[in-house]
Order: sequence, then structure tokens, then C-alpha cells
Amino acid sequence: MEALVALLDSTVRLSTPLLLACLAGLYSERSGVFDIGLEGKLLGAAFAAAATASLTGSPWLGALAAVAASCALALVHGVACISARGNQIVSGVAINFLALGLTAVLGHAWFSQGGKTPPLAQEARLGPLELPLSETLAGVPVLGPVWSGLVSGHSVLVYAAFLAAPLTWWVLWRTRFGLRLRAVGENPAAVDTAGLSVAGLRYRAVLVCGLLCGLGGAYLSIAQGAGFVPNMSAGKGFIALAALIFAKWRPMQAMATCLLFGFLDASAIRLQGVELPLIGPAPVQLIQAAPYILTVVLLAGFIGAARPPKAGGAPYLKER
Amino acid sequence: MSQTPHASAAPAIELIGVDKRFGAVRANRDIHLSVAQGEIHGIVGENGAGKSTLMSILYGFYQADAGEIRVDGRPVAIPDSQAAIALGIGMVHQHFMLVEPFTVLENVMLGAEGGALLAKGRADARAELERLARDYAMQVDPDAVVGELPVGLQQRVEILKALFRGAKTLILDEPTGVLTPEEADHLFRILGRLRDEGKTVILITHKLREIMAATDAVSVMRRGEIVATVRTAETSVEALAEAMVGRRVLLRVEKGPARPGPARLTVENARVVDALGVERLRGVSLTVRAGEIVGIAGVSGNGQSELLEAIAGIRPLTSGAIRIGPEMAPPSPALVRDMKLAHVPEDRHRMGLVTRFEARENAVLGYLKGFTRGVFLDRAAIRERCMRDMADFDVRPPDPSLRTANFSGGNQQKIVLAREIAVDPDVLIVGQPTRGVDVGAIEAIHRRLIELRDAGKAILLVSVELEEVRALSDRVLVMFDGRVMGEAGADATEAEIGLMMAGVERGAAA
Repeated sequence: MEALVALLDSTVRLSTPLLLACLAGLYSERSGVFDIGLEGKLLGAAFAAAATASLTGSPWLGALAAVAASCALALVHGVACISARGNQIVSGVAINFLALGLTAVLGHAWFSQGGKTPPLAQEARLGPLELPLSETLAGVPVLGPVWSGLVSGHSVLVYAAFLAAPLTWWVLWRTRFGLRLRAVGENPAAVDTAGLSVAGLRYRAVLVCGLLCGLGGAYLSIAQGAGFVPNMSAGKGFIALAALIFAKWRPMQAMATCLLFGFLDASAIRLQGVELPLIGPAPVQLIQAAPYILTVVLLAGFIGAARPPKAGGAPYLKER
Repeated sequence: MSQTPHASAAPAIELIGVDKRFGAVRANRDIHLSVAQGEIHGIVGENGAGKSTLMSILYGFYQADAGEIRVDGRPVAIPDSQAAIALGIGMVHQHFMLVEPFTVLENVMLGAEGGALLAKGRADARAELERLARDYAMQVDPDAVVGELPVGLQQRVEILKALFRGAKTLILDEPTGVLTPEEADHLFRILGRLRDEGKTVILITHKLREIMAATDAVSVMRRGEIVATVRTAETSVEALAEAMVGRRVLLRVEKGPARPGPARLTVENARVVDALGVERLRGVSLTVRAGEIVGIAGVSGNGQSELLEAIAGIRPLTSGAIRIGPEMAPPSPALVRDMKLAHVPEDRHRMGLVTRFEARENAVLGYLKGFTRGVFLDRAAIRERCMRDMADFDVRPPDPSLRTANFSGGNQQKIVLAREIAVDPDVLIVGQPTRGVDVGAIEAIHRRLIELRDAGKAILLVSVELEEVRALSDRVLVMFDGRVMGEAGADATEAEIGLMMAGVERGAAA
């Protein structure tokens, strides 16, 4: 029981940055702007959060800086893809490289610790929140350990991420902004002729993407971790992209997929060096590769077709 | 004809001296147009005459360089579509502006949701849709997914979208291009109903039959200008065609008798089984001689496409033989071409052109041998060839650097035809030469085909337009279900051919 709760707890922790980045990508791609630069935004945000938190001692300023940095990168992507009608993949790749290089260079220059930021004190991090009721429920079997071990005791960003998924669902299907967002990713000409601004909608989507990636990056360096380490995003942006495809661009499915991918990651860590019956040493690398394998299997059409937003990847040009 | 009883007889829409340029092309020049309240006003013109540009100005898609727009007698500015909508102008675009995965209701609401949350607007829109459906006899299920609706209903959704936004004037841009004749008739009944309820309708088309059937007044556009505005009741198809093209149009093809020479193309018992295992050609035999046009009539999908593709070397024969002159035709488009057989494909967008390329690139597509220097393209020679083709076929605008997609259908077809005959082929196979082509260009293309025949080329013509096949061909073969049902001479009546098209064998005169 305890082992299971611990495994699920670590699943939640590992899923959080994936989920934030995945939902970020969902907003952008639903509006028709493909974003391969989630990874770069996570990394840039993680650095901005840790650097700011270490200089000011305030995790909240750190989170704010993370969001600002991520939104700045998102705007670069926006200007390149929406206003300048550039290639969205190229712009995304450029942002990934930019973030990778810039965080390393600035880290070296500012902190002289091999690219790392100084380790953060507990009060400079977004530490665990102890939810009420933990003690009341402590005696209750099952619910007690689940509440205190799994539900309670996470960073505020974890709760934000898991609330963001249903919120995104609500935004997409229950609000005017959501209707327009979905429309502009499918047929921007329809949005344009309805008298709405295609560019305006896409910029808003890209900024929401920046906001969520910023929170994801902050989680990495000032909640889950205690400081920035070069390339600490370690491909999470790409796994989030895989999760987005796997979830077919739907928020609740995105949450489920990120939990699945987080669970695989958590199991891989737990199974490190464990001898399994019949198999021998646990195939950790295989488990770590599973998100990518699953996504490829999906893309090959074995689990139903994954249809991206129709206008995705194409800049909007007014043409007769 | 309904007269508006209002004291203010101000026109619903008035354009005064409207001008619009795109680079060197003057798409609209000094347009004066007045559309009365409560009438159906047709605007005809060939493709590229400037009709769509004019309407895009009215809908705020483009800004006029000069001129004034008045709505209900008041001068207005229309900087964007939002402004047009606010002035009660609605537009149904030629290519529908619908979000296919959305429901009808969502499409209708988009941009007019009535609040930040959808719930209330959704209920209001549903009620309003029901009212519109009742008032104008336009039923459609609000919860149906638009992408799954037939084209006719999608168009109805577009009209409902405009009415939902309170449109008093409705512009329809080539609305019948995607409709079957029955659907078109239904649309015209709806438009009549809208007119009777006090709406003003502007109908843009290049089909004269529709103008005569559906409008109260008509304006004719030619090369960016309005050359005539008349009451529909006081004009005729011939007069409109002449105004459109700027000269008398021969709606019939003039040709002398054929002087056939030796056989140039022989198809012997050709059979084709497609990838699904369906037999598309079931033993077709035919001969085309030098100096004659052999036409293939038939309802679309009876093996004509497969026949053309087999001859062109694109689709392998399952059995049988194809000879070009005395020699066997190889199953390769490139080798067939080397044997002086040229192919104008049925679907110029899918097979004949790369529409994203510039005109000059398409002008030599597949015939690059004469236009290279080493491994490089001889750009000057390509440009020169394209200019020559354009002058030869009166392609408008004669700009070799313009993207092919920006030419009208007729001009695109001329580019394909010019390319294929530039190599001086012995055999020309042509599919649907005038599909989506306007009146003036049809005449030009027909005349060229007759000239080629008289120059001794062997021409195989496939068209679903029975009129066209009969007008051009020296002999008509009718295909049904992968077989040639029989041959009709030049004297065969339409009824006789029609029977064969329906699969009835020709008895006596076979």
C-alpha cells in the first residue's frame, strides 16, 4: 500500500511539468500554431525562475519571472509565425536552441557555478502545501494514507496543473474564446469572414501557451528542484508534444496521457536495478522510451487516427 | 416583380467610381453600380472580369483605391468584414467559410456568440435558427456536424449564417458551381423567397442560364468594368454573352468536314482492373485517325478516365493493346510522350498543373528537355516559351511570373493546352477541355481543337458535356460501364446517344 502510494505520488510529481507543457501546446496548436518550442520555453522559464528566486529570495517573483521569460519566447514564436508568416517548425527549433544556449551562457556569466544557479533555500521554493484534514483523516484506512501521501503535500503548481486541465476543457467547449480558438485552428478564413481577427486570436493562444510553459518551467527549478541545472528540462517538452498528439489535442485526455507517461517514468526510476522474475533486470530504457513508442504506434494509425487541427502549421494569408 | 413601397427609393447598395488595383492589374475600374432594395441583382462576367474583387470590396476584404460606397443612400466606409456585417451585408463565399468539425449551430454562432460564455448564446441562436428556418423554408439540423452535410446544405448554413447576423443584403459568389442542377433550382427558390421577404440579393455567376432564371436585373462586367446594366426581362442569353466577351460569341462550333488519314491511335480490347479489383475497362477497342476528332460521350465514371489514363501510360492495362501509329505504346507517361502523344488531363488541378508554381514553370512542366543548360534551367528560354504561349492563347493576365493558382480556370486550362500542343504531337488526348471554363475561353479552346484537327492531328476527346462532344467530334463513341456501347455518326440525335449513355445497345445502325 505504502509503496503504491509512493509510486503514484511520484507519478503526480513527474506528470506535472508534462501536463503544464502539454496544455500549453494544446492552446497554441488548437489555434493553428504548431509549437515544437515547448522544450525551450520550459528551460528558459526554469532558468528565469531559479535565477530570480536565488537573487530575490522570493519564489513568487521567481514564478513571475518564469512566466515572463516563457511569454517572451512565445512572443518571438508568435511574431515569427503569425505576423511574419514564417515556418512554425523552424521557429520552434530555433527557440529550443536559443533557450539551451542562452540559459547556459547566462548561468555561467551570472553565477559561475558551471551553469547552475546557487541551490535555493526552502523559503525561496514553492514548497509543499499541507492540505487540511490530513490529521483528521490519518486514522481512516486507505483514505488516510492516500490523502496525506498522494493528495496533500504538493507544490501549488501541481494543483494548478491538475486544475488547468478541466479548466481548459471548460474554456474550449463552454466559452466564446474557446469556440473561436478551435475555429481559428480549423479554418482561419471562416474566422476572418466572421469579422474576427485571426492574428489577435492566435497571439492570445500563443501567450496562454507561454503562461503555462512558464509555470511548468518554474515547477522544474523552484518546486520539484532547488535550483537550475543546465538542460534540466531534458526532453520534457518533446514528451509533452507526444502526449498532446496521443491525447488528440483534448485536455482531459491530455491529463490522462501525462499521468500515464509520468507513471512510466516513475516506474522506470523505481525499477532501476530491480530483478524481475523471468525477464531479469528491468528494461528501464524500454520503459523510458515507451511514451515515444506509444506515440509512434498511435501516429501509425493503430489506435484510431490522430487528426491535428486542420489549419495547423500554415500561416494565414488572405486570399480570394 | 416586387416593388418597395417605401418613400425613400434609395438603392440598397450603390457603388460610385470604385477603383481597385493589384500591382499592374487594374481589377476594377470606375465601377458604378446601383442595386435596388428588394431585388435579385445578377453580376455576370467571365472568370477574371473582376466580379469577386468588387464583392470583396463591398464585404470589407479589400479596400478600394478610389470611389464611394453607399448603403441605403448613406455614404459608408467598410474597413473590414465586421463593418460590412454591421451594415447588414452578408456574403456567401464561393469556397464555403465553414468550420467542418463544428456543428451547424456553432458555425452560425461564430463571431456572434452573444457573450463570453456560450450557454445563453447557444439557446438564443437555436431559437433564431428555428425562426429563420420557418420564415425562409430553410430547414437544417442545428446539431449536425457541418463537414458531414452534403454541399447543398452546407451552402444553406452559409446563408443562415448571414441572415443570423441580420443581413439585409446577401451576396452570393458563384453559388451554383458546386451544386447539382436540382440543388441550384432549389437555391433559386430560396433566393426568391428571401427577395419576397424584403431582402436584397446580389448573385455573382458566369452562367447565363442562372441569370435568366433567377434575377430581376443584371450587370455585366468585362475586364474590370461594368459594361451594361439591364432588366433581365429585357435581355437575352445571346445579348449577355456578347456583352461579357465584347464581341459576338458563337455558341455553336463551325467546322468543315474531316479528312481523315491513316490510323494514329489504336486501342485493342483494352481491359483495366483497378486496385480494388473492379474491372473499369471491359474490352474497349477504338481507332483515331489523323485529321479527325473522336469524341467519347458518357455519364462520368463509366471508364472514360481509366481509358485516358491507360492511353497516357499512367495506368497499366490488364490485357489488350494500345498502339501509337504502328508501334506498341509503352506503359510509361514519359515514353508515350516521346512517341508524340500529348495528354490534357481531365483534372488540371490534380494532374495538369502544380498550381503553386508560377505560370512559366507550368508552361514547360514535363517538357524540360529543351529548356536546360547542363543541369541548370534555361530561365530565359522558359520565360520566352511561356510568353509565346500566353500571346498565342490570349492568357490573361499575360504574366509568366504569376502563380498559376491566381489565374482563372479558363486561363489555367489554356496554359495546359498550350503546353501540350507546343511539342507538335501527332496524337492529342483531351479530357474535359472546358470544365470550369467561361464562355469566351470555351469558344477559343474549341476553335483550337478544330484547327489542330485540320492540321492533321488525331484527337481523342472525352467530355461529360454531351453538347461539346457532339459539336466537336467527327465520330462519337458512347461509353457505358467500361464498354463502348456504339458509335454515333454526326447525324445521331441527342436521344439516340442518351439511350446508349444509359446502357441501351444501339440496334440497327451499329
